[in-house]
Amino acid sequence: MTPRITLAVAARVLRQLRRDRRTSAMLLAVPCVLITLLWWMFRDLPADRFDQFGPGLLAMFPFIVMFLVTSVTTLRERSSGTLERLLSMPLGKGDFLGGYAVAFGLVAVLQSVLAVGISVGLLGLEVQGPVWLLTVVAVVDALLGTALGLLVSAFARTEFQAVQFMPAVVIPQILLCGLFVPRAALPDVLGAVSDVLPLSYAMDAMSTLVRTSDTAEVWSDLAAVLAFTMAGLLLGAATLRRRTP
Amino acid sequence: MPADAVDVAALTVVRGGRPVLTDLDLRVPAGQVTGLLGPSGCGKSTLLRSIVGVQRIGSGRVTVLDHPAGSRALRRSVGYVTQAASVYDDLSVGENLRFFARVLDVADAEVGRVLEVVDLSDRRDQVVGALSGGQRSRVSLAVALLGSPPLLVLDEPTVGLDPVLRATLWSLFHDLADAGTTVLVSSHVMDEAERCDRLLLMREGAIIADDTPGAIKERAGVDDVESAFLALVADAEGPR
Repeated sequence: MTPRITLAVAARVLRQLRRDRRTSAMLLAVPCVLITLLWWMFRDLPADRFDQFGPGLLAMFPFIVMFLVTSVTTLRERSSGTLERLLSMPLGKGDFLGGYAVAFGLVAVLQSVLAVGISVGLLGLEVQGPVWLLTVVAVVDALLGTALGLLVSAFARTEFQAVQFMPAVVIPQILLCGLFVPRAALPDVLGAVSDVLPLSYAMDAMSTLVRTSDTAEVWSDLAAVLAFTMAGLLLGAATLRRRTP
Repeated sequence: MPADAVDVAALTVVRGGRPVLTDLDLRVPAGQVTGLLGPSGCGKSTLLRSIVGVQRIGSGRVTVLDHPAGSRALRRSVGYVTQAASVYDDLSVGENLRFFARVLDVADAEVGRVLEVVDLSDRRDQVVGALSGGQRSRVSLAVALLGSPPLLVLDEPTVGLDPVLRATLWSLFHDLADAGTTVLVSSHVMDEAERCDRLLLMREGAIIADDTPGAIKERAGVDDVESAFLALVADAEGPR
């Protein structure tokens, strides 16, 4: 990896995003609108359900959005020939993946600061732990989405297929992450599956932060999400071949 | 500078279970414009990809500028233009070139130079997606020229260009060759053959002629390369 090249890739990805005003606006606005919608839905219910579901949504948005954006953009690089051209140049695979991770990580910071800010500042989400750590968890979730998006883009031939990976890879994780049924209450087999899905750890970190100011568990969950992210990036790197059939 | 910029020996490439190139041998002399001509689907792109080192090959040996094709030492030395434009449609011409210049670690001043060469200086701030097909492929060519690599591998760079521009590009290729660059250009348009110093005629994954345009025509006893191509094919299939 060469820092100059990694940063050049990151700057280029960000410039492309900035050119695409509609995508940038949606990346930042949609999570805020949805979290507000969730708050509104629960507004007339007796128990404070927003505190129960809000953190999960904060963990999910950056993950889903970055998964989609990354899988489509990387697929575009593969099919337009720009990836092949880059790999015939002095660019390391790590530069390519790292560049994307840096660029989307920055977008995730912005997105999460906005969503967390609105949830805590305007909508009254009660957070016992430090609010900045909530943002850190959201950013790591975004990186996880980026890593998995890069990985699945290798298995998609068209943008249609890439988008289909969303329900296939993301929705099972949403169902099993503990948002609908506490993970401990899942049937044994599903509980075991849930234990090996990265979003479960992201979700655990978020709900722990909301529930208690003790951050030890948050850090270990965060480490688990980071480990999945690294594994995703490494597997993704293995799918970037300088020579193709 | 080696006498041959590219040396292909016993190259076999199989794609999708079908042999595309079988036991191919050829050399590309340094400092000349070599044309790789043949109908579309004959294996030109696969051969060029093998020379650039992005094609997975079955067997054989491809040596480029004294290194195995695709090796790390060659990543700054081979300029490659694919048939697809291979540039970012959502960035401006200048942004595309500055990005690739940074990856190649060449000075930003190179950007102005290569844009001048492909005659796109006035389009620098225009988004690539808004350009015509011909202009886009010239942006792609400009990227390949960054840092003046000693070998240029160009896959049908003149397709769809207007005749004036095509003539300009061919004279550019000769200027580059005069300055020592090896230029390997593919085309399926036979009338472009006359513009090459040397020709490789290709059909169904095999090289059927490898000589100067003059010598190829003389041997076939005809006045143009297209007729020579037909004569060569007829010869090969004659005994049947």
